[in-house]
Amino acid sequence: MTTKVGVVVFPGSNCEQDVVEAVDTVGGSGELLWHKDTCLGDVDAVVLPGGFAHGDYLRTGAMARFSPIMGAVERFARDGGPVVGICNGFQILTEAQLLPGALYKNRGLKFLCQPAVLRVESMGSVLTRGLSIGDELKIPINHFEGNFICSQQVLEQLRDKNQIVLTYRDNPNGATADIAGICNESGNVVGLMPHPERAAHPLLGSTDGALLLKGLISGD
Amino acid sequence: MSTAFDVAVEVSLRDGIADPEGLTIERALPALGFSGVSGVRVGKSLRFVVEASDEDEARTQVEAMCERFLANPVIEDVDISLSPAL
Repeated sequence: MTTKVGVVVFPGSNCEQDVVEAVDTVGGSGELLWHKDTCLGDVDAVVLPGGFAHGDYLRTGAMARFSPIMGAVERFARDGGPVVGICNGFQILTEAQLLPGALYKNRGLKFLCQPAVLRVESMGSVLTRGLSIGDELKIPINHFEGNFICSQQVLEQLRDKNQIVLTYRDNPNGATADIAGICNESGNVVGLMPHPERAAHPLLGSTDGALLLKGLISGD
Repeated sequence: MSTAFDVAVEVSLRDGIADPEGLTIERALPALGFSGVSGVRVGKSLRFVVEASDEDEARTQVEAMCERFLANPVIEDVDISLSPAL
């Protein structure tokens, strides 16, 4: 059975087609879901893609978190379904409190669009289960608000429960503890600022993103 | 019988959270001849009108809006001001 990955389109999303292409490349089947839908159909995994959902009004992810589909996404996540938020999708997951912490403006106030070298810190997430701790991946970032912030208490919990999934080798945005991606305690909900879908074909300069997305496809 | 209240919500970054925007503005001020400015913090301000039976109920409603939507408690604090609308 081909793994079916639902990619949610919010008004202002702009990476959804790239995610569908990348999912197809790694052997899954991507399909678009509209943010006003209230059910996810028969998808095996959900991706909230990058972009500027609802224009980033109020705060990044603040409006998208209340889009009608998010009720179904929350139930799917709580039932153990794989949910991945990429960039703006990560911001939405923190606003929805499916992941802890928040994403704030980059240190230095620059919009960053560049390759980043990431280190795999945990194999306990749906994206990294096929990789090894210490693996380095080259994947682009493309964000203004990727500076991960959380309380000391949350940071300790993330460390204790193995929820830090990816870190930056050279922290580009001021993120706490160099964090580029985290997961929930059970590892089925993952948020990351880098764009794996933009590193899923040799023509894009790296295929390391495909290694992450394969985790979503391989299933249990 | 409900009363209209003018509401002002000031959203600011929590103490201890670096404010790159405030810092950039602070650094720009001396170049414009304004010296001696420190502690610049950038926030946002929301204004709206709420109908409620009394001020307590209005405040409770606004606090709930802030908790769930208008601010993110992980990084932001809010200051709520209420007054009967004229």
